Amino acid sequence: MKLLVNLGRDTLNVLRGMGNATIMLFQALVGKPQPLKMFPLLMRQLYVVGVQSMLIILVSGLFIGMVLGLQGYTILVDFGAEQALGPMVALSLLRELGPVVTALLFAGRAGSALTAEIGLMRATEQLSSLEMMAVDPLRRVIAPRFWAGFISMPLLAFMFSAIGIYGGFVVGVQWLGVDDGAFWSVMQASVEWRYDIMNGFIKSLVFAFVVTWIALYKGYTAVPTSPGISAATTQTVVYSSLAVLGLDFVLTALMFG
Amino acid sequence: MKNLVELHDVHFSRGDTSIYEGVSLVVPEGKVTAIMGPSGCGKTTLLRLIGGQLRPSSGQVQFAGHEINKLGRGPLYEVRKRMSMLFQSGALFSDMTVFDNVAFPIREHTDLPENIVATVVKMKLDSVGLRGAAHLFPSELSGGMARRAALARSIALDPELIMYDEPFAGQDPISMGMLVKLIRSLNRTLGLTSIVVSHDIHEVMSIADHVCIMANKRIVAQGSPQQLEQEGNELVQQFLHGEPDGPVPFHYPAKNYADDLLGKGAGQ
Repeated sequence: MKLLVNLGRDTLNVLRGMGNATIMLFQALVGKPQPLKMFPLLMRQLYVVGVQSMLIILVSGLFIGMVLGLQGYTILVDFGAEQALGPMVALSLLRELGPVVTALLFAGRAGSALTAEIGLMRATEQLSSLEMMAVDPLRRVIAPRFWAGFISMPLLAFMFSAIGIYGGFVVGVQWLGVDDGAFWSVMQASVEWRYDIMNGFIKSLVFAFVVTWIALYKGYTAVPTSPGISAATTQTVVYSSLAVLGLDFVLTALMFG
Repeated sequence: MKNLVELHDVHFSRGDTSIYEGVSLVVPEGKVTAIMGPSGCGKTTLLRLIGGQLRPSSGQVQFAGHEINKLGRGPLYEVRKRMSMLFQSGALFSDMTVFDNVAFPIREHTDLPENIVATVVKMKLDSVGLRGAAHLFPSELSGGMARRAALARSIALDPELIMYDEPFAGQDPISMGMLVKLIRSLNRTLGLTSIVVSHDIHEVMSIADHVCIMANKRIVAQGSPQQLEQEGNELVQQFLHGEPDGPVPFHYPAKNYADDLLGKGAGQ
């Protein structure tokens, strides 16, 4: 009986949290547009959230592409199919690894930073002071950060895939001797714009929405103490990662299943 | 005398814990009103109720005729342009200089050209003695300077009401003296109404025109400092004179001391 009560209470808490998160996002994004005020804030957040995440994304993309090239070659060469290395690397990155790994890295790098920043703003009463100055913190703080995450993550995913393909090229063609022309021409013939690239793009848009939303909500509702902010930051990374992996399965089943 | 803020029979709870049970008080316009009481009695909560950041379970919170607890989001933000709050931590934006912190509400709520904004900011900073610190970031300020910079930001839009949340907490005597002087002089020169939440009795009693003492989830006494000195309520006298024991006991409730030492009874 107690188990049932706990289960019911936890379910209600989860539903309440989702409802509150939805209301928060709605209030942040829906309202009279203020482009003149919003633009400089958005640009600043694009720099903080997007540009400052580029290094980890590019370095990770390069290494993952190199590993794909190496692993792919050792498998394909047994069947004399090393010319298929190009499409293997490209499709793996564009359909799956690009959006998914970028989202996971984004959650760890930018998501946790967003949560900690907003949580600290709450702890130091900066959000309350905005409210008392008749400035809506949802519009001033949450909205630009949300759009910055939503815009920058798909771009980062493209960069990840592009540099990953280059990593696969370096290992496969320049190191292991796969034919240069075959690598690129088979890739060009196999990769479809709508089916592969656009579906990957849609995935990264969905991940961007979810990861940024979780990060902002966890920061906005963080308990304003050191352990509270620490817990919120951890939850952002854990929940975002689980959401990305779960959604990836659903989206893959819908798109490619 | 007209009242700028009125609370009528306000009840407020956090979860199952009742914070207020029928709080009623008035804040006369143009005066300095002090809210005092033991730690944890809900003084800051009172300011948040007046600012509309919290809503009471029942009762009325009125500011300049507006029933704050019934206002929607838009009208509430409009009313908040007429009030201001100095937070205990200062709550300065850490990524902005002192100048930009003070300019922030002006830039948000007016279309003044930048040269006029700069003039207004310098005037506000000068009134708190920090014109020379305009270029500094909050992390470069002492506690007292941060509090004064936050005060300059609070008066940037010339509010009708300013609420001070523990303005003297953690301040050295010089900073405390400066803040006392500032609160009094700003109230007089700008024609503000001030609410000061504090338990620094001597400082508050020296500048307050009207004092409310909170305890036991309600206002136990209110009046001028002189009236409160004559107040017969034991709790008020214990608080005003800082007596360690009285209606607010020194000891947290416990079983008989001798029984406890001798190990009698349960719960050793």
